[in-house]
Amino acid sequence: MAKLILDKDMVKKARDYANRIASKVQNFIDKNSTTTIERATIRLLGVDGVNKDNVPLPNIVVDSFRDELGSGILYPFVNAMCFYDVNDQKLSEMISQKEIDLKKVPKLEKEKVIPEINKLVKNACLVIKKRKNERYELIEKLGDPSKPWLYVIVATGNIYEDVVQANAAVREGADVIAVIRSTAQSLLDYVPYGITTTGYGGTYATQANFKVMREALDEVADEVGRYIRQVNYCSGLAMPEIAVMGAFERLDMMLNDSLYGIIFRGINTKRTFIDQYFSRMINAAAGVIINTGEDNYLTTADAYKAAHTVIVSQLINEQFAIFSGLKAEQIGLGHAFQINPHLEDSLIYEIAQAQLVRDLFLDYPIKYMPPTVYKTGDIFFSNLLDGMFNFTGILTNQEIQLLGMSTEAIHTPFLQDRFISIKNAKYIFKCAKNLGEQISFNKDSKIVKRANQVLENAVNLLEEINDIGLFKAIEKGIFADIKRDTNSGRGLEGVIKKKDDYFNPFFKELKNV
Amino acid sequence: MEIRPYGDSLNDSIVQISFTLPIKNDDKATAIATQYCKKMGISNPKIARQESLDPNFTFFVIYGSCKHKIEIDQIKIRAKEYKILSHEEMEKIVKNEIGRKINIVGAAIESDAHTIGLDAILSAKGFAGDHGLESYSFFNAINLGSQVPSEELLKKALSIKADVVGISQIITQKNIHIYNLSKLLELLEEEGIRDRIILICGGPRISNALAKELGYDTGFGPGTTPTMVASYIVNEFLNRKKKKRKFLSDL
Repeated sequence: MAKLILDKDMVKKARDYANRIASKVQNFIDKNSTTTIERATIRLLGVDGVNKDNVPLPNIVVDSFRDELGSGILYPFVNAMCFYDVNDQKLSEMISQKEIDLKKVPKLEKEKVIPEINKLVKNACLVIKKRKNERYELIEKLGDPSKPWLYVIVATGNIYEDVVQANAAVREGADVIAVIRSTAQSLLDYVPYGITTTGYGGTYATQANFKVMREALDEVADEVGRYIRQVNYCSGLAMPEIAVMGAFERLDMMLNDSLYGIIFRGINTKRTFIDQYFSRMINAAAGVIINTGEDNYLTTADAYKAAHTVIVSQLINEQFAIFSGLKAEQIGLGHAFQINPHLEDSLIYEIAQAQLVRDLFLDYPIKYMPPTVYKTGDIFFSNLLDGMFNFTGILTNQEIQLLGMSTEAIHTPFLQDRFISIKNAKYIFKCAKNLGEQISFNKDSKIVKRANQVLENAVNLLEEINDIGLFKAIEKGIFADIKRDTNSGRGLEGVIKKKDDYFNPFFKELKNV
Repeated sequence: MEIRPYGDSLNDSIVQISFTLPIKNDDKATAIATQYCKKMGISNPKIARQESLDPNFTFFVIYGSCKHKIEIDQIKIRAKEYKILSHEEMEKIVKNEIGRKINIVGAAIESDAHTIGLDAILSAKGFAGDHGLESYSFFNAINLGSQVPSEELLKKALSIKADVVGISQIITQKNIHIYNLSKLLELLEEEGIRDRIILICGGPRISNALAKELGYDTGFGPGTTPTMVASYIVNEFLNRKKKKRKFLSDL
């Protein structure tokens, strides 16, 4: 139930603008595909593996057909499968070994190929559905942790070490485990393959690594008697492919932001918008909750002044999520607790912001992210700051709480750091469990006034964006003061204009899973 | 004169430590932790808290009196190499004694994708009210952002005739920062321009000492503000000018 008294017209205006803004971009998205979408399409059929130089087979196949991708890879690929009477994996290996050139395969009659495509697409969707149902069965059997879910991060670079730390965290009380990816991964225009035990600043997201962590989390979930959710990140140049991997390995939550790659990783604007759509359709089919990265707007900007940019980004992310078929319970929009803690009444403003987000997105599993900017080596104060963040979270009925670490400013979390953090959250979530219901906000209060002011600022910014369009707004530097030219950035060369005969039934079938 | 930690009274030498042992929580763990503290010079460790993180890991919070002491007079420190200047002082120096804008280019190089520090120092927004170098009228500061190959940074430095090159390195796992910083330095030396550039590095695990060891002119760590970096740059530029050292724009 909404707690704040928000200006209803403002709320409606905000959503209308966001819808108009996103719709125009969606028109553009619908006319295009990308190399990673085409690669994801054949991954959906089951293609995987690498050649002897570690180049993924989906890349080899799609690259071999690069000039003709306007009609999509699916038809010629399945045509070749039928012609040579081999399965998808065998065909890919033959293409990789240059035994077959997709461009030179004789064309069979449509009546032979189309039914085969439809069959393969349906099978792929069935696999995804099966894994989605598995999740429901396990939750039924083990029990769903109560909200707010305690979400923690591991990131050693070695997936086996990650498992040790993940298990410890779950036994201490964590409900959600995310494995931070290796630093360079967002800019790789392919997905690495296999188990990895080294990585800088994190562990590579590979299907094999996903599987290892999934098995470990299922095992420890059985031990502790609650379903444990696994998180990874779609962001980067391979969003759809990572989404496929996530669907196949029953990941539960994936970072998938329509703006993040553009603003914060310098990935081409067009490429990101087109990729996020297809990848979110896969997330939707797999029952995955997407998380968005609005916390990023508050790490270099002043959180008090930039609060409305978080709302704007959330509303735009919401529209794109709805267009891709994600249901309300899958739209885990993000926000964060980052106001200067030394400001008078800073907690009041945090509560206002957290309640505003909660009320604007009542049915969504909002993800609340911890203070980081003002943490120092004073681990004791940092732990306290996390306490205030946790308090605000339970007070405003947040759903996914990414736990803060007392050592945020020093190093990536040790086992004991996670322990202290989980203990903090467990205590506060329990002792203040029903606090939110005891409280209503005075309509003349600073909190209600602040929330409405932020909402109004957001509407004004949305109006500005709607006037010039989202592409131009990004060029102007409206988001985080970072300007991104529509035709620069990484990955532009992977954008493919769909020809009139572009054929890919996944665009339709994924929405029916 | 000796100095020891102060807990509650002078020379009580009380320290507080915490650590985790990869062992299950039982009397043996207690004995091991106690022995470990004794080896650290804590003769009578009081285990305030011993708790399981998980069946295989035990966490300790310990207090005790540590036998080590330091002779104050034997500790020598280097005075700060430069004075922190105000914006007005810097502007005056550049106007009167340098006579042109100082060219600066910064980047987070190679695989490093984190620009929080870089942006805090360079972008106009800066950090906590202290505006970044891009906003200084007497600097021509360019922020290349993240994951910039060293070769690209070199190219840009040459093209703008950079007086200052600043590198940000956040990730330090497996000492990747050492590798990247060294690689860039070698590149500058091969190009024959190392001496004409004020070379700075920064990051959460960078110190002046480490920077100098790697061959950089200075290094900045946590707590660095744009004003500190700007002060260093202006001071260093002036020093070099006085010593008649050349910059890229003198080529």
